[in-house]
Amino acid sequence: MTPGLEHFLTVGAILFCLGLTIALSKRNAIGVLMGIEIMLNAVNLTLLSFARFGVGHGPVAGQAFVVFIITVAAAEAAVALALAVSVYRNRDTIDVDKLNLLRS
Amino acid sequence: MDGFGVTFAFWVLTGVTLVAALGVLLSRNLLHAVLFLILTFVGMAGYFVLLSADFLGMAQVLIYVGAIAVLVLFAVLLTPRAGRDNGETRMFLPALLLCGTLLAVILFVITDTNWAVSEEPATVSAAGLGEALLSRWVLPFELASVLLTVALVGSIMLVRSREEEAEDPR
Repeated sequence: MTPGLEHFLTVGAILFCLGLTIALSKRNAIGVLMGIEIMLNAVNLTLLSFARFGVGHGPVAGQAFVVFIITVAAAEAAVALALAVSVYRNRDTIDVDKLNLLRS
Repeated sequence: MDGFGVTFAFWVLTGVTLVAALGVLLSRNLLHAVLFLILTFVGMAGYFVLLSADFLGMAQVLIYVGAIAVLVLFAVLLTPRAGRDNGETRMFLPALLLCGTLLAVILFVITDTNWAVSEEPATVSAAGLGEALLSRWVLPFELASVLLTVALVGSIMLVRSREEEAEDPR
């Protein structure tokens, strides 16, 4: 069965929902971040499949959008992990359920 | 997009990527979860190559597998007393229910929409992509470089230790 647009979109949707489950349910802050990375990747896959199968504004637009998403994802990962390490230094935990105070 | 190789590669990649993503969700050890995450990224790079985005496939391997995975590993190793138990979840069933509903809605939309797929599969060369980034999308491109700089400076500021801040002669 030759993969068409629907197949790629389905894989993207399943991965997005898996990432969302991870981001919503994990208690470790790094686990939450891993879920967010999977969600961003699933969106990239969806955009690239639209670009490949000629839906929307042409292939160049889709690929350029993916380049920007990868850039923003890298910046997000760097800042978020630095935040996690910084919180760990102050509180000795990165369990997101225990981080419920604005003052340290 | 036809031929046995493409079909075979698609289903193998689907199996590997989905199992790896499930591994991130279900593995008990945080380090194992990071390794499964790396496998997910590699599978994604395979999809990108399959979709004729060879430059982005390479960028995916370099940035996600090379940089972001190492960052996550470092963060795990820099928080040694925080517990390596990845299995701890809170409100797992409601989250699963919500995401299952969302998945059902998205799958319904995917199958119900009549996608205007063009017969001629569109491909972009790396040169074409670079030209587009520096002509039509030059403003977002420059903004992205500013964002990267800000993120770099910000994360260095965030993880500086207190002793370094005390020594800083401001």
